Formats: sequence, structure tokens, C-alpha cells
Amino acid sequence: MSVLRTKQLTKKFGDFKALDGVNIEVNKGEVYGFIGPNGAGKSTTIRVLLGMLKATEGKAEIFGMDAWKDAVEIHKRLAYVPGDVNLWPNLTGGEVIDLFVKLRGGNPSTRRDQLIEKFDLDPSKKCGTYSKGNRQKVALIAALASEADLYILDEPTSGLDPLMERVFQESVAELKKEGKSILLSSHILSEVEKLCDRIGIIRQGQMIETGSLSELRHLTRTHLLIETKQPIPSLEDFPGVHDVKEKERALSFQVDTEQLDQVIKHISSYEVVKLESAPPTLEDLFMRHYESGGAEDGGEA
Amino acid sequence: MYKQMSSKTGVLSRFVLRQDRFRIPIWLLSLSGITLLTAQAFTGLYATEENRQTIAQTMVNPAMTAMVGKGYGLDDYTFGAMLAHQMLLFTAVTVAIMSILLVARHTRAEEEDGRLELIRSLPAGRLASLNATLIVLIGVNILLAVLTAAGLYALNIESIDLEGSLLYGAALGASGIIFAAITAFFSQLSESSRGTIGFSFAALGAAYLIRAIGDVSNETLSWFSPLGWVTGTEVYVNDYWWPILLTLGVSLILILTSLYINSIRDLDAGFLPSRPGKTRASAALASPIGLAFRMQRTGIIAWAVGVLLIGASYGSIFGDLDTFFEDMEIMKDLLSGLEGGSLTEQFIAKLMSIIAMICTIPALMAVFKLKGEEKKGRTEHLLARAVSRNRLLGSYMLISLVVGFVMLSLAALGLGAAAEAVLEDGPSLAAIYGAAMVYLPALAIFIGLAVLLTGLLPKLTGITWLYLGYSFFVVYLGGVFQFDEWVGNLTPFGHVPEVPIEDVNSVVLILLTIIAAVLTTGGFIGYRNRDIQG
Ligand SMILES: Nc1ncnc2c1ncn2[C@@H]1O[C@H](COP(=O)(O)OP(=O)(O)O)[C@@H](O)[C@H]1O
Ligand SMILES: [Mg+2]
Repeated sequence: MSVLRTKQLTKKFGDFKALDGVNIEVNKGEVYGFIGPNGAGKSTTIRVLLGMLKATEGKAEIFGMDAWKDAVEIHKRLAYVPGDVNLWPNLTGGEVIDLFVKLRGGNPSTRRDQLIEKFDLDPSKKCGTYSKGNRQKVALIAALASEADLYILDEPTSGLDPLMERVFQESVAELKKEGKSILLSSHILSEVEKLCDRIGIIRQGQMIETGSLSELRHLTRTHLLIETKQPIPSLEDFPGVHDVKEKERALSFQVDTEQLDQVIKHISSYEVVKLESAPPTLEDLFMRHYESGGAEDGGEA
Repeated sequence: MYKQMSSKTGVLSRFVLRQDRFRIPIWLLSLSGITLLTAQAFTGLYATEENRQTIAQTMVNPAMTAMVGKGYGLDDYTFGAMLAHQMLLFTAVTVAIMSILLVARHTRAEEEDGRLELIRSLPAGRLASLNATLIVLIGVNILLAVLTAAGLYALNIESIDLEGSLLYGAALGASGIIFAAITAFFSQLSESSRGTIGFSFAALGAAYLIRAIGDVSNETLSWFSPLGWVTGTEVYVNDYWWPILLTLGVSLILILTSLYINSIRDLDAGFLPSRPGKTRASAALASPIGLAFRMQRTGIIAWAVGVLLIGASYGSIFGDLDTFFEDMEIMKDLLSGLEGGSLTEQFIAKLMSIIAMICTIPALMAVFKLKGEEKKGRTEHLLARAVSRNRLLGSYMLISLVVGFVMLSLAALGLGAAAEAVLEDGPSLAAIYGAAMVYLPALAIFIGLAVLLTGLLPKLTGITWLYLGYSFFVVYLGGVFQFDEWVGNLTPFGHVPEVPIEDVNSVVLILLTIIAAVLTTGGFIGYRNRDIQG
């Protein structure tokens, strides 16, 4: 059953087309990763879904209701964290969290205090003194503390340190266990990879890929840097290996994720002394997308 | 549909009150307090009927009419008539300022800073925030009306009766409500809070000027201004209630229009179109002073047009002033015998001090822009690069001085040109310009104070506004209250020689300039040595 759906969603700002026929579908209990580079249209899509922007054309529905007309009804069962959180400088973090919880119609719960502790936030400080990360924590805690069916998170970790990012990921995993649906936007592929069941990729206002991570696997490549005791002959001819470069005694290259196993087996016979790997980046994915000339025939490359 | 869009209005109203739990009571107490204190003071100052009748005569001239309104019941100048004549318009303008600032703060400013986005993502309706703001503002203005009315009646002064007092309060409350509605309207049209405040103040200024010109020369014109409706109630004389109904009716239309626009527009969008900008910085922009100017350009231009209009509208009543003075030979002798100089010249001197204080406002805003930038964490971008603190503060101060000078010049030119057009042999343009320029040192002291506070005590910059308000009060209403001399001496504007009645006293002007320089230096030293907030 779909919780959130857009159909041929188009949004124009004057003559500028920020969204051009975007189709997204998030099903119940699913974590949907919405990725794209800066300015791709992620926040615009989300703001249309929240009923803050009016769609120029197309449909945006949540819980089967119209995002613009039934905003209030929808928001009773939805929680949102924006990427850029601004708060009232003269109110404390604790006050703001309570205000948000109250506006949703709930009461400050024990969950609030647990979350404050988990995210290591000092709720007695004025928001004016908080750093970007701390302001984001306030919005995250307020969202996570509320009983919602759908969580919309727009680049929620952009100001958090790695430790807090972990806490955030655990919290999302917990929500998922409880059967909640989540729309998570990001420009970092690895973050989405860890959490999401399905991914949609947007670029310049158009969806260029959607599918589960394994379906998209064919588009990703892992970067490897290896050093072996014995030289590896003609590695570039091995299937799935790209871009081989020699760096002093080491070799750096990229591997299609689906060929990774074979490649590792192959090189291990040359006595590996050093191995570094970096996850595929969004950039590589786009490169691949354009190299293979589209999504459909990408797998056969 | 409306019900859904207004969902959570109640919670948000309480939230607005929570945020302004100090601000609102301070406004209410000072506004109702000043009315009550003035009424009380009148009984001491003008105890006898003769006293009051004499002051009534001096009030009946186009200059005063332009400033405080026409006045009613002048032949039987009771305390009530006096209060309504001398204080009602002035207080109504202050109430309007309160409404403008409060509404802008809770509508467009919240939206611009991205806080409304968070609220809108909760089950709060699209109209809830605007609704809440308006409900609070209407409540505040009703409360002000009740407080003022009850207080005035309780003073138990002869002629300040119950119905009049109720109407007096209602007139203040209604002017607060209509300017809340006007600001709500502009908050929907404009994309920024600066724009909202700018348009609303422009509307207030226009309302004041239209009424001034109308009261002096064409009564029908005054009925096109909400401030004309306020004085049109003829409180304590004829007690007309229908202008209140008119004000509230127009407010309602404005409010409904704002709500409608709010219900159909995108978040963060205005209704006035915005154009795409340049892709490269021009040479003029790429320096601290260029950037500082660019950030304020629109505001400065708006102020320039404003002061030019203020000058011109006062200049245009010089014709009426002149005929009036000719008709009243006796009074002419009386007044000019006392103080020297012709009545027209006295009027110019008085007017210049007020114009100079109005021109101080944009100059101060130019300095405080730096503080605003600092609070938003944007000065860091400059200071983290090869820009010294001296250069940064210096840029803002220089702009402020130039703004002060330009505004004063424009106002004087507008005044002089208009006066020349309506007067046969009035004061020369050069004389008027000179009368304006003597105020530059006093203006510089205010800029110096602003720099000092920005450098040393950035949290207390509001003191400058209070001080300017005090100066305005003392100079504007000094004649009414007959203060002791030291009260006027506490403001630099009280020390400026009243050209053209008095001669230019260069010693005083040089001393004022030295004080300004000392304050400024203190500010620079402070700014170099303090933390930058962000
Ligand atoms: N109010 C607006 N007016 C004009 N253009 C806008 C507006 N809001 C967003 N855009 C443009 O739409 C595009 C998508 O922006 P956005 O959705 O914020 O991207 P992101 O994927 O980084 O969140 C960008 O090119 C942005 O400049
Ligand atoms: Mg974004």
C-alpha cells in the first residue's frame, strides 16, 4: 500500500522548471532514499509534499489525501525535519521541542527525554546559542518523539558529527522496525545505502533512476587501492575493472560492485599487503548513468 | 476549509503571547501611561480657562495644524479638547508603529527565517500563523483602548467624560488595528520582512502627510487617510463614532484580503514578482563598503524619497502659513516680540529640528545594520577574510554619515523648493539649507552613540532609539509641557542654534562635533576588542 505518491509532479518558479514530471512512491513500512546533487529538486519535492508549495502540474498525495488541500489532516500523522533548521533565538531547545509536540496535539512523553539524552542535547540552552548541529538535533528529537506514520527527513544529518549520525541511524532503524514509513533525502549515497529499502535518484528536476538498492547495484562501483607482493599482470583486462592507475607500488582502480567478489579472489592470489576501499559516490553513479546511456541497458555493460 | 486552514490558531496565539510576554506589556503601559500623564499634566499647566484659551490661540496656525491635526472645540478649549487636539494623533502614530513592528515580527520575519516552515509541517493550518498574529494584535489594541479609556475616566478631570474617554481609547485601538491589517497585507505581498516593514512605514508616512496637507488646505483630502479618521472622531467635542466603524470596516477588508492571499500562495513566496539577479559582482559591490551599501540600497532610496516628500509637503503649506500670519498681526507681534525673528522663521527653525531627527533614523539604521549582519553570522564571512574590524565598522559609519547628510540635504531642498513655489518673498533656499546643515553635528553625535554601543555594548543598542525618542518628545512637545531648560539640554538637538532665528554659534557646533568624535573613537576601540557573535 502506498503511503506517499507523486504523479508527474511539476513545479515551476516563474519560467524555471524546478521539478519536471517527478514520480515517487513510498510504500508502508518502507524507507525510501531520495538522492540527488545540490539543487536537484529534493527540497522542492518535499515542500510540495508538505503543502507549502503548490504544484504547478501533477499530483502529490500522502495517505491518499491531497498534499495541498488536506495539509492539516496529513500533518497529524507526519513528522518533518528540514535540512536547514532555524529556531527562535530566545527560546530554549526544550521549550521548542515541547511547542512542536503540542502543536501536533500530543503530550511531551518519556520518549522526548530519552531522545534528548541519546542525542546529548542540553535542552536548557537558548536556541540562539546552538550550533547548526544542535539546532538540527532539536528538530530531529521533536520529529522522532512524535507518534507519526510517515517521517520526512530532508538531509537530516548535514550538521551532525559521526557519533550523532550513528544515533540517528539507530533511531531510523527503530522506526523501521515499528513499521513506519520514511522518506529520507540526501546527497550522500553511502548514508542512504545503509538505511533504505528503495532509492530514487533525481537530477535537474527529473527522476533518473528508481529501484531497490540491489536493482541499482549495477550502477555503482567501488574504489580500491591495493598493494601486492607480486605484480598483477594486466588487471585492466579483468572483467568489471576500470580506470587502473599505478601509484608508486600500489594500484588504484574501480570495480563494478557485482564483480567485486571475483576481483578480490583474483588479486588475493598475488599476496595482498595493503587494501583500501572507498564506497561508490553519487558522482560515480551519475558518471555510470551517462556512460551507459540510460538505466535500462546499464546492467549489460 | 477555512476551519482546516486555521487549525492550531489557538496554540500559536498563545505562543505569540509567550514570545512577547515582556514586549507587549511594555508597549501597553507606555502608550496608555503617556496619555494619562499628559492629561494629568494639563490640569497643572493650564489650570484656568484663560490659560487654556491662550494656548488654543497659539495652536491655531497651519504649522501646528500640519503637525497635530486641525483641532476641534478651539473656542471652548476644555481639557478634553486639548488632549484630543495635542495628543491623539501623536499617540495614534505610535500605536501604529507598535502594530507594524509586532505584525511584521510574527509573520514575514518568521517565514523568512524558516521557522514558519517547521510550524507548517505540523498539523497547523496554512492561515494559523497569520490568524494568531492578528488575533493577538486585535486583542492588544482592544486592551489598549480599554486601559486608556478607563484610565482617562478614572482621572476624573472636568470635561474628560465617559463617552469621550471610551471614544479616545477606541480611536487609538482602531488605528492600531488598521495598521496591523495594513502590515498583514504587506506581509503577504512582500517577500522579506524588511520589505514588509518598509511598505508599512511608507503607508504610515503617507497617511500622516495626506492628513497634514488635507488639514491645512483641503479637508476632503484628510478623509483619504486613516489618521484623518482618527482625528475626525472629534473626541471630547462632538464624539463621532462612525470614523471608528469606517476604520474597522477597512481593516476587515484588508485582513480578509491578506488571509485570501495567504491561502493561495507558496511558502516563502511574495506576490510582487522577483527578478533574476546578476551572475557576477560589479566592482562597486566587491568591497566591504560596497556590500554594506548594497544591502541597504533599497531602504536608503525609499528614505530619500520619503524625506524629500516630507520636506516638500511642509514647504507647500508655507503659503497658507504666510496668509495666516498676515491676518493675525497682533499675535505676530506677541510671539516675535518674545523670541525674535519672524513667525515664518520660527516655524522653519522648529521644523528643521524635527526634520533633522527624522533624518537621524535612516542614519542610525545604517550603523545598526552591522549588528544585524553580525547576529545572522554574516560578518564572519568578511572578518575571516582580509578585512579588518576597523574597516568594517568604518564602512558602516561612513555610509551612515553620508546617509544623514544626504537625507538632511534632500529634506531641506524639498522644503526650500516648495516654499519658493508658494511664497513671494520667503526665505531663500540657501537660508533654509543652512538652517538644516547646522544639525549635522547633533546627527553625528547620534551616529557616534550608535557606533559606541555597537562597539562596546551591542546588546544595548536600543538605548539610541530611546534617546532619539526622548529628544523627539522634548523638542516636539516641549512647548506644550513647558519643561525646564535642562530637560531640553539633555539632547544634542536642544543645543543646536535655532537658525535662522539665532546666529550660527560655531563654538557650540565644534564642541558637538568633538563629542561625536570621542564617542566614535570609543566605539572603534570597543569593536576591535570584543567577541563577534554569530
Ligand atoms: N522559490 C524559488 N524560486 C526560484 N527557484 C527556486 C526556488 N526554490 C528552489 N528553486 C530552485 O529549484 C532548484 C531545486 O532546488 P531544491 O529543491 O532546493 O534542491 P535540493 O535538491 O538541493 O534540495 C534549484 O535550482 C533552486 O535554485
Ligand atoms: Mg535541499
